[in-house]
Amino acid sequence: MHPALSVILFSTLSGLGFGFLAFLGWGALMPSGWAAFFLWALGYGLAVAGLLAATFHLGNPRNALKAFTQWRTSWLSREAWASVATLVILAPVALSDIFALGLPRLIGQIGGALAILTVFTTAMIYTQIRAVPRWHHWLTPVMFLTFALAGGAMLSGRAWAPLLLLALGAVLLALWRVGDGAFARARQTLGTATGLDRLGVPSVLDPAHTAGNYLKREMIFVVGRKHAARLRRIALALASILPALILLLPLGVWGIALAALLHLAGALAARWLFFAEAEHVVGLYYGARG
Amino acid sequence: MTALPQTTARKLGLVIDLDTCVGCQACVTACKGWNDAGIGLSDQDPYGADPSGTFLNRVHSYEVAIPDAPAQVVTFPRSCLHCDNAPCVTVCPTGASYKRAEDGIVLVNEDACIGCGLCAWACPYGAREMDADQGVMKKCTLCVDRIYNETLPEEDREPACVRTCPTNARHFGDLADPDSAVSRLVAERQGYDLMPDMGTKPTNKYLPPRRKGPGDASPLAPLLDIKATGIAGWLDRMLGKL
Repeated sequence: MHPALSVILFSTLSGLGFGFLAFLGWGALMPSGWAAFFLWALGYGLAVAGLLAATFHLGNPRNALKAFTQWRTSWLSREAWASVATLVILAPVALSDIFALGLPRLIGQIGGALAILTVFTTAMIYTQIRAVPRWHHWLTPVMFLTFALAGGAMLSGRAWAPLLLLALGAVLLALWRVGDGAFARARQTLGTATGLDRLGVPSVLDPAHTAGNYLKREMIFVVGRKHAARLRRIALALASILPALILLLPLGVWGIALAALLHLAGALAARWLFFAEAEHVVGLYYGARG
Repeated sequence: MTALPQTTARKLGLVIDLDTCVGCQACVTACKGWNDAGIGLSDQDPYGADPSGTFLNRVHSYEVAIPDAPAQVVTFPRSCLHCDNAPCVTVCPTGASYKRAEDGIVLVNEDACIGCGLCAWACPYGAREMDADQGVMKKCTLCVDRIYNETLPEEDREPACVRTCPTNARHFGDLADPDSAVSRLVAERQGYDLMPDMGTKPTNKYLPPRRKGPGDASPLAPLLDIKATGIAGWLDRMLGKL
């Protein structure tokens, strides 16, 4: 799949943002005054920046409001609802923290749960797609949720954040291992795609068109896999191992900032791979995985 | 609403005969022509070095290696299959993508489309292409603006690809009616679904190419074994002895 920058930025930034908002809502930090303002602004900033980046992916963003109508069937519509609900419900909690209004924490706990639900709906947009076997697995939402929880725990300085970051590394390794065999397990070939397996073994003779098209650009991305192995090591080190080690050092807030920057870079690499390595079965018609 | 209808009264669709398709691309051109005039299918740099454009129908060509028989070339038209369990419909966040309860046709309401591209990702068959100029999703409409169009002569009330096919490789009809011509074709010729394991339950069916059997000997083969007679024969024998 084509690794579109807007979608990679969206899912990493908003994933981290909603993860952090969840911990703020649950009362992990209980900041007040300016500290509360800056922390909540960071959470909201990441989440909203991600959502804005996502709109750049739309071909026709004028109709964006209509995306709230199909929550009964569409995970993308559910994501729209969950993200807006989270941002709205947590707003009074943020104000209460900043101005010490003493709002009941229950609202923050509900908002925090909604933030995690938002990340889950994002993950399900990919998981539901059967035509991309690598994504169509329960490890996909586990990966998205672990990213959000580990990132949120890291930003809110939880003592057990290094453990969650290392768990994230384990999830990434599992996801790559399972994902590498996913296409073969889906048992789709040019033979099943054309039904010509009942006749013999088909192969591409002439392309259907000599120039590129939307399908080839969007769904048959091949360039990026060359550096996949190296990028996996980089993603594992930056997103998981290094930030976990840095958090163990007595560096205080600067340690968290450095860990967060490295983690974000690693998350971007991992998310780039999530798209670049995903193969769509439509590639079969064009001789990919022939 | 992007919920799929429980059942559809009719299942309008295509039956494509891979035995008679010759890969002339007439269906590609007819489809592009009709729908460009209708919903608009843009091209980018059409006469330049790197042309690209939106098409609702593409014809591939494959070579099939067959044990104990000569390899066969199969040309293969690919377009929307108007699936019963269309994954492109349920993923749509705006309700732009829908399946009609009355005839099973899967359509895009372009006025509601946000161009997120998720429906194209959900389709295993590559039946949807985003129009680069309009930023909305395009797909086969089964020429819904022809098949019910009473201003057209009756013989033209079928999809443009079917109407134009010079070898009658494309058939249009109601696949829910077991007595329709298309349903009988499917039954007689063992019509099949593409990628049935994807769970999409396509309406369109493909008819397999007939087996050509072992290759016939070349009509020129007897000429390989000519025995010269008369003077030519005498010369042949003499020259052979030298």
